[in-house]
Amino acid sequence: MSAAIITMPEPEVQWTLPSRGRVAMFSLIAAESAIFSIFVVAYLFYLGKSLSGPTPKEILRVPIVFTICLLSSSITIHLAVRSLQSGKLGAFTRWWFLTFALGAAFLAGTAIEWRHLIYDEGFTIQTNLFGTTYFSLVGLHAFHVLMGLMALFTVWLLTLLGNVKREHAERVDVLALYWHFVDSVWVVVFLVVYVIGR
Amino acid sequence: MSTELIAWPRAPESSVPFVERLHGWVTTVDHKRLGLMYILYAMVFLLIGGIEALIMRIQLAVPHNNFVSPQVFNRLFTMHGTTMIFFVIMPLVFGFANYLVPLMIGARDMAFPRLNAFSFWLTAFGGILLYFSWLGANGLYGAGNAPDVGWFAYAPLTSRTFSVGHSTDYWTLSLLVSGFGSIGAAINIIATTLCLRSPGMTLGKMPLFAWLNLVMAGLVILAISPLSAAQIMLVIDRYLGGHFFDTQAGGSAVIWMHFFWVFGHPEVYVLVLPAFGIASEIIPVFSRKAIFGYPIMVAATVAIGFISMSVWAHHMFTVGMSSNANTFFVLSTMAIAVPTGIKIFNWLATMWGGKIEFKAPMLFCTAFLFQFLIAGLTGIMQGAAPFDWHLANSYFVIAHFHYVIVGGILFTFFAAFYYWFPKVTGRMYNETLAKLHFWLFFIGFHLTFDFMHIPGLLGMPRRIYTYEPGRGWETWNLIVTIGVVFQALGILVFIVNLLWSYFKGKTAGNDPWDAWTLEWSTSSPPPAYNFAVTPSVKSRRPLWDLKHPEDPDWRYE
Amino acid sequence: MQDVYSSKRMLRPALKVLSTLFCLSTTSVADSPTFSSPTNIFAPASTPAHSIFGLNLFVLAITGAIFVTVFSLLAYAVVKFRKRADDDGREPAQVYGSNQVEVAWTVIPILIVVVLFMATARVIAYVQMAMPENAMQVVAVGHQFWWEYRYPGANVVTANELHVPVSDPAHPTPTFIKLLSADTDHSFWVPRLAGKTDLIPNRTNTTWIDPQQVGLYLGQCAQYCGTQHAKMLLRVYVQSRSDFDRWIQEQSQPAHVSDTASEGRRIFESIGCMNCHAVAGTAADGRFGPDLTHLMSRDTIASGIAPNTHEKLRQWIQDPSTLKPGARMPAMGLDEPELNAVTAYVETLR
Ligand code: HEA
Ligand code: HEA
Ligand code: HEC
Ligand code: CUA
Ligand SMILES: [Cu+2]
Repeated sequence: MSAAIITMPEPEVQWTLPSRGRVAMFSLIAAESAIFSIFVVAYLFYLGKSLSGPTPKEILRVPIVFTICLLSSSITIHLAVRSLQSGKLGAFTRWWFLTFALGAAFLAGTAIEWRHLIYDEGFTIQTNLFGTTYFSLVGLHAFHVLMGLMALFTVWLLTLLGNVKREHAERVDVLALYWHFVDSVWVVVFLVVYVIGR
Repeated sequence: MSTELIAWPRAPESSVPFVERLHGWVTTVDHKRLGLMYILYAMVFLLIGGIEALIMRIQLAVPHNNFVSPQVFNRLFTMHGTTMIFFVIMPLVFGFANYLVPLMIGARDMAFPRLNAFSFWLTAFGGILLYFSWLGANGLYGAGNAPDVGWFAYAPLTSRTFSVGHSTDYWTLSLLVSGFGSIGAAINIIATTLCLRSPGMTLGKMPLFAWLNLVMAGLVILAISPLSAAQIMLVIDRYLGGHFFDTQAGGSAVIWMHFFWVFGHPEVYVLVLPAFGIASEIIPVFSRKAIFGYPIMVAATVAIGFISMSVWAHHMFTVGMSSNANTFFVLSTMAIAVPTGIKIFNWLATMWGGKIEFKAPMLFCTAFLFQFLIAGLTGIMQGAAPFDWHLANSYFVIAHFHYVIVGGILFTFFAAFYYWFPKVTGRMYNETLAKLHFWLFFIGFHLTFDFMHIPGLLGMPRRIYTYEPGRGWETWNLIVTIGVVFQALGILVFIVNLLWSYFKGKTAGNDPWDAWTLEWSTSSPPPAYNFAVTPSVKSRRPLWDLKHPEDPDWRYE
Repeated sequence: MQDVYSSKRMLRPALKVLSTLFCLSTTSVADSPTFSSPTNIFAPASTPAHSIFGLNLFVLAITGAIFVTVFSLLAYAVVKFRKRADDDGREPAQVYGSNQVEVAWTVIPILIVVVLFMATARVIAYVQMAMPENAMQVVAVGHQFWWEYRYPGANVVTANELHVPVSDPAHPTPTFIKLLSADTDHSFWVPRLAGKTDLIPNRTNTTWIDPQQVGLYLGQCAQYCGTQHAKMLLRVYVQSRSDFDRWIQEQSQPAHVSDTASEGRRIFESIGCMNCHAVAGTAADGRFGPDLTHLMSRDTIASGIAPNTHEKLRQWIQDPSTLKPGARMPAMGLDEPELNAVTAYVETLR
């Protein structure tokens, strides 16, 4: 038999399949959500179980400004992708950079908060159960922001070098999905750590 | 075995220098080569894990034996369990999925070939890391080398207090690394099955093997991720002084159990679903009938996937959960029997009224049906919580899961080896040797694992390096050990068969089994591009349609 | 305690119908010499073990019936539908499925599962909730690799050999055991008395037993707890009420410290034994190892792995790892005279 023996009548309907980039990104997001769920469960389970102080109420301050930064970056990245889809490269570059800047500001916020906790309050991951779960959960999220920022920055560089064109809108959109995910995880982390946990 | 398991079709490999060929394999992103590398890797670890089992069995053959020290024995069962689950069955699963899924759905490669290579190398690195512990974990304390905490590594045994040195670090890092590899591979399988099917192959026409791998990949995403999360926590505890599982700082030992089994239970279905997929391909072909109740088979698979996410605590019936929790997990555990039973009955119905030919692949699949039935029923016994208060952590559990994993999964994978051997190598395996392999392994399996239930019922706990005489366990343990010898002989015959047939086997042709799925339409071995023309399909059995134009399947589906 | 027996009575008719066959085979097999084992789960001797046993038979009967049915179908298919030698080479009739049979083999298993579930839920509720009244309290603490037992009411601390009174069905005197752990996870499993329950650090678990016959019941730790998990054996001595009372009375006394072994005692209290061992009535109050106050009242040492004889005791004190490699007691490096003296001293602790 030869290598191509199948000559079936053409299927009637048009053959379209989902984009593999999006499918893969959604799978990755599912996996990441599972990881975050475990950390969130650990956080909630250990609330108030520390054998020694300090407690969340004593030392945590609610990072409202930085939260606004991160959440608004979801809007700017959306606008960036829209611009690219309609071919407005200039607008894309600007929105994209703004997204990066907002994300970076958020990360700086986390850094400042941690600096304060570690150096001023003497509160570390070793202090008690609260310290362990707090630094792990917030740190895991910060790590994801960092990964996102690196990707955003790479795309921005490529744009400046003239390598990002309208036909890349699909891929950029997939990256934006990841960024939206990082943002929505923050909503959960924020609620758990700064609202319920306090 | 060397890496040149398959003769690459176009390039006359023998003329290419060895280093070039090796380089070709190491840098490959081709799904078929990666698939074979996964499989080869699993085979090597099967031998290693098997030899570890053999040593354990020698130690347990008679009471108060001194073949190995308790420390070594504890390392052996930890390494055996971890190796067999993560570095034998998982790579086998991904290897077969990699090789076959693109061929079965008429695609040219996986969705992300480079991610695919990356995943393989992560898995490979994880296994090497685990075994490097024999050399690297001693550390300053003169502490132990290989990990000795058991494959589910209950806290607080893994804490720095009880596990000095670095053995546990090797265990956790190795599973973390290979876990990322598995997640990558799973993402790839999902994207491939959803996005690369050839024209006409709707989800309702996708071969069951591809379907089961799709569900398997979904479970990997939802199961391995919690494991990775728990391992990250353990790393934080051990390296950064965290307290997640530190009972002295108010941490909980039980939460590790939950995290582990939230992974651990779906994991066993990750292992078994591809085996179901293999059975669902082989049984119809050798019974010469279409699979019975295809839509129900798919539905049952999805149901198993969902239910399996909610049963994890049946591994924890003895940790003192409330009676309400125990009752809930009894119900969810037993519920799994329903979709699994549907599958068994559908396979039976596929054989019913057929013309069954007992070539080696079918022999192994029939044995699988028989053994999986028993294993499932012992699972139900354990699912009845009060019964499990006795059975948990006894040799009955060991017998239950070896019955599923060896008697179910390994048997179907042997079937798969023989079934697809002609496709992969272009040569036929030796049927006589294959039958010899079957009977040796079948007898060995039953000697070992049938009789292993009994000491469990007579009160023998697992993970003991030796036991007291006079408890009625001696005879049974001796028989169990004798069985392993037969298993080892069977595996030796298997390897001889593969090697011999690879060099000397008869040429097989493209479609030796007169089968029905797309991989049999391309040449054996398949060319690098898989299909010269992208096939388009109209039914679940495209080759049946082609061979029976007067009565094609698409009329009935 | 009353409903213990009534619930058993209610389970029984159902059992009789479904499991006569199985009962016969197991009990006859269980009595045969190859199966006779002091740790057989099918030889219950206490109420929790009895009710589990009832459920076991029920589950075994149902799963056995399923096995026989499905196996017969499989065997029939394998024999009947194999390809004949005189096959005409035509493909058999293609059948794609049938909704009626699919429904049948979905609904029947669902019904079976419901039945199994209800029987199971009953026994769970019964064993876990029927916390016997006026039971005797014992605290069991798992240590790497030995058992500590405390009788809070009687101010008794002992190790490795649990003593409980026999429980006459007419006047039950059950024992309620609180399970704690000092280090890693362990599991308390004496198969003839009850199912196993884990001992987990930072957590309190409970179990109960009411053995109905005097005698010695064996078991062993059933949760991997480290190097010597294999040699963490359990011994439960079930005694008549009067014997038990006498035992408790003796155990609650401080050690009989006689002068005959004062040299050994001096060594014991100066080289570090007392950092880990307690001897009531003396300066020794370590809690890391077993309480030695009434060491000589025990039949075995080191959680049941060796008889409590002069030779074994001496060997143990000289180097525990010769009997139990990995045990948490170090070899103390005593020379011959010291060893003899210390052994002589501990042998006075009765
Ligand atoms: C691939 C592997 C695999 C598979 C498929 C299964 C399948 C099942 N397992 Fe198993 N199991 C393991 C691997 C697997 N298991 C492992 C590795 C462990 C131990 C881990 C460790 O401790 O190290 C374990 C341990 C384990 C335990 C914990 C024991 C303990 O430690 O205390 C339990 C308890 O409920 C259990 C139950 C089940 C059940 C109910 C099924 C069901 O899925 C079975 C369903 C199938 C059938 C029931 C047969 C067919 C059905 C019919 C013919 C229909 C009619 C039947 C009825 C209506 C009942 N398993
Ligand atoms: C995929 C899973 C898998 C597989 C295939 C096996 C296969 C086998 N297992 Fe394993 N087993 C586990 C998974 C698996 N096991 C797990 C998860 C545990 C729990 C660990 C824990 O408690 O933490 C366990 C525990 C376990 C125990 C309990 C240890 C204890 O609790 O103390 C025992 C004891 O008998 C055992 C035996 C065997 C045997 C005899 C085989 C046989 O089937 C093996 C047959 C194979 C061979 C015999 C190899 C053939 C070798 C050759 C032919 C070599 C010749 C070649 C050269 C020298 C080059 N296993
Ligand atoms: C570091 C702690 C430690 C020191 C020091 C120590 N022991 Fe022990 N001892 C233990 C532990 C732990 C056990 C239980 C071991 C086991 O069964 O696994 C034990 C068990 C024993 C037993 C058996 C008790 C029983 O109930 O079965 C005896 C007797 C004993 N020790 C005597 C001594 C003597 C005498 C010395 C001093 C020469 C000594 N021990 C020093 C920790 C210690
Ligand atoms: Cu204690 Cu095992
Ligand atoms: Cu399970």
